[in-house]
Amino acid sequence: MPINWNKYDTGPFHDELVKRPGEPRTYATDLCDFIQDLSDAELQEYKAAADSAIKVMGITFRVYNDEEGSIDRAWPFDIVPRLIELKEWQQIEKGLKQRVKALNMFIDDLYNEQKIIQDGIFPKDLLTHSKNFLPQCKGFSPPLGIWAHICGSDLVRDQNGTVYVLEDNLRVPSGVSYMLENRQVMKRVFPEMFRQYDILPVDNYPSDLYDMLAALSPRDIPEPEIVVLTPGTYNSAYFEHAYLAQQMGAELVVGDDLVVDEDNCVYMRTINGLSQVDVIYRRIDDAFIDPEVFNTESTLGVPGLMRAWKAGKVALANAPGSGVADDKVVYSYVPQIIEYYLDEEPLLSNVPTYRCVNPDEKAYVLANIEKMVVKPANESGGYGMLIGPHATPKEHDEFRKLIEDDPRNYVAQPMLLLSTAPTMVGNEVEGRHLDLRPFILSSKDVCVTMGGLTRVALVKGSTVVNSSQGGGSKDTWIVDMEGS
Amino acid sequence: MLSRVANNLCWLGRYLERAENTARLINVNSNLLLDLPKSIVLGWEPIIDIVSDRTTFYAHYDMADEHSVLNFLLVGPNNPSSIVSSLEFARENARTIREIIPREVWEQINELYIYGDENHQKALFRRSRYDFLTEVIESVQKITGILAGTMTHDEGYNFLKIGRNLERADMTTRIIDVRSATLLPETETEQSAFENLQWMSVLKSLTAYQMYRREVRLRIRRPDVLKFLLLEERFPRSLLHTLQEVKGCVQNLPNFAAVSHELEVVEKMLMAANPQTLIQDKLHHFIDDVQLGISQVFIKLEETYF
Repeated sequence: MPINWNKYDTGPFHDELVKRPGEPRTYATDLCDFIQDLSDAELQEYKAAADSAIKVMGITFRVYNDEEGSIDRAWPFDIVPRLIELKEWQQIEKGLKQRVKALNMFIDDLYNEQKIIQDGIFPKDLLTHSKNFLPQCKGFSPPLGIWAHICGSDLVRDQNGTVYVLEDNLRVPSGVSYMLENRQVMKRVFPEMFRQYDILPVDNYPSDLYDMLAALSPRDIPEPEIVVLTPGTYNSAYFEHAYLAQQMGAELVVGDDLVVDEDNCVYMRTINGLSQVDVIYRRIDDAFIDPEVFNTESTLGVPGLMRAWKAGKVALANAPGSGVADDKVVYSYVPQIIEYYLDEEPLLSNVPTYRCVNPDEKAYVLANIEKMVVKPANESGGYGMLIGPHATPKEHDEFRKLIEDDPRNYVAQPMLLLSTAPTMVGNEVEGRHLDLRPFILSSKDVCVTMGGLTRVALVKGSTVVNSSQGGGSKDTWIVDMEGS
Repeated sequence: MLSRVANNLCWLGRYLERAENTARLINVNSNLLLDLPKSIVLGWEPIIDIVSDRTTFYAHYDMADEHSVLNFLLVGPNNPSSIVSSLEFARENARTIREIIPREVWEQINELYIYGDENHQKALFRRSRYDFLTEVIESVQKITGILAGTMTHDEGYNFLKIGRNLERADMTTRIIDVRSATLLPETETEQSAFENLQWMSVLKSLTAYQMYRREVRLRIRRPDVLKFLLLEERFPRSLLHTLQEVKGCVQNLPNFAAVSHELEVVEKMLMAANPQTLIQDKLHHFIDDVQLGISQVFIKLEETYF
């Protein structure tokens, strides 16, 4: 049976492609018609073509579990793309740039004068208890005052179609390679649609990333040495590290490849001997980058790296300590942060967030926990979260205790009804919840990816989109409808 | 070029070559067994000697029957030289240097590994064995071709070639050694028809038969075969040729003097050899010396670059 959009149930949610059963959104009409005209066999063919492209291209990620240890899995991918109109996207893009600009000013301020604290906007106490604030960075300001050169912000849409920022990832955000690869797969599978639509290209990212990194080089030379520092093949995002290095023509290095000499310069070991490195795009967490300063047990990092960075001999992206703003408590202050530094109204909304560190907000969360999403301040990848409406009373109690024990570490948000998009389930399409992670690059200029990585919860009713927890992804098409 | 990357490229070349060579070896032995009379007990043990050693084999298998040996050669536990292991190592090496090698090559290596992993059972049965082995051989050839045609012939490419040729040199010496010592009882005077067959299989294991025939029109004789496999510098799998390839590559690298010197030592040894007198023990000792020389080359390579 071919797909019948009259039978597609959008439920109480905002669906990205279909307004109500049988009525696709204007910009999705051509796509929905195309899909409707496919026979079951053709649909399966498209799906198989995508799966085989993914397998052959070796698009994988690593997951850890107790039974099997670390395994390499093919990237779960849905062939129905997610569409956003260009004119809406341009507004979102402005909002993201504004947000990242303010966040960078905030980080720089925290490590230096702390004006925002003196002016009573941001409580000092929160900083003292922040796990990601690195005292070693105090009094230092990296070139251009920019700390988070690469930011991945997660966007969601609620039942009314309003876009919210769910969180900002300022440490080592991942996923951009999947955004690029998804597009490659779609071009192999659905070439017809690319003729039908004006789909804005995404493949500028590697050269934008290269330019951004090159602009950070301490040495003023035409071709600075840029390297991508990876923890190695066992890291869940190793595929991405290799991919980005390859696309930029940069060396992919592990900690052992680098050495900091007495001149505080960083060198890599090559077949010609030592060769100086100017910019390190590091994909290792702060705690592991330099065993001289942080985790002394770390074998992933490079002894002396902090020394070299503070001496201005090497640029690190993102700068160590950027994570201080990648904290779900800090998140709740972003609207004030934007107003404080830029004197502008925030263009993108924050999800209302209750900070358990404040007694009355904590009381509200404890009383309404079964309706809320509770998040630890410093975890990523969807770990350590409670989704109240989906959890058992026992889990509610466990989280009540966790919050009581360490209120600073928890925030809670009302359960948003996340938007959905049609997703292949067998030969049918059903709505599945999704989010969007655009990537924002900042050095001399700020630029945003065209769209980003759409992550989709493949399990019916689930809102957890992380690939480590059963999520998949879709290609994201920013479509220009004005031209056609 | 990073030292670690150079090392990985070198091993990538080795593992791919190893998978191909093992596939060829199985193919040739399968054919040889079909041709030999039942009275000549030849079997599969010599193949174990070529790619591994018997102790490792018998730790996991009771007897060296066709099924066990093939299983060992294809996926065998504790056999790091099995086809599937070689492909897996090749893939792991390629994964750690994905950004260096052309994307098409990575896709081919990945695909070949998946093929080997999913289909090796086919090779256990004589009927489908040829198809499986041919697929492996042809895929490696394809990878070699894409590399030659699309990768910049820079230092990295030279390391790949060095790895491939050192592995090839190693395999050639092993095949000559094992085949001549355990497989071919030397009768000083007359050559039986089957001995002829066996020397033919030595040539075939190294895909040298057709080229040998073009070069040497006479009937197949041990000294001629040895001379061809050791010293024919125009044949890509002869020992001399592989060593000269390595030398050519090394000269494109920085600080090559030490490695080059070790290569010349082995080369001189080869040039001085007289295939007529290389019989039994003498051949065995000679091959031993050559193998030591080759491992010296590898040691110097590691000292200098990795």
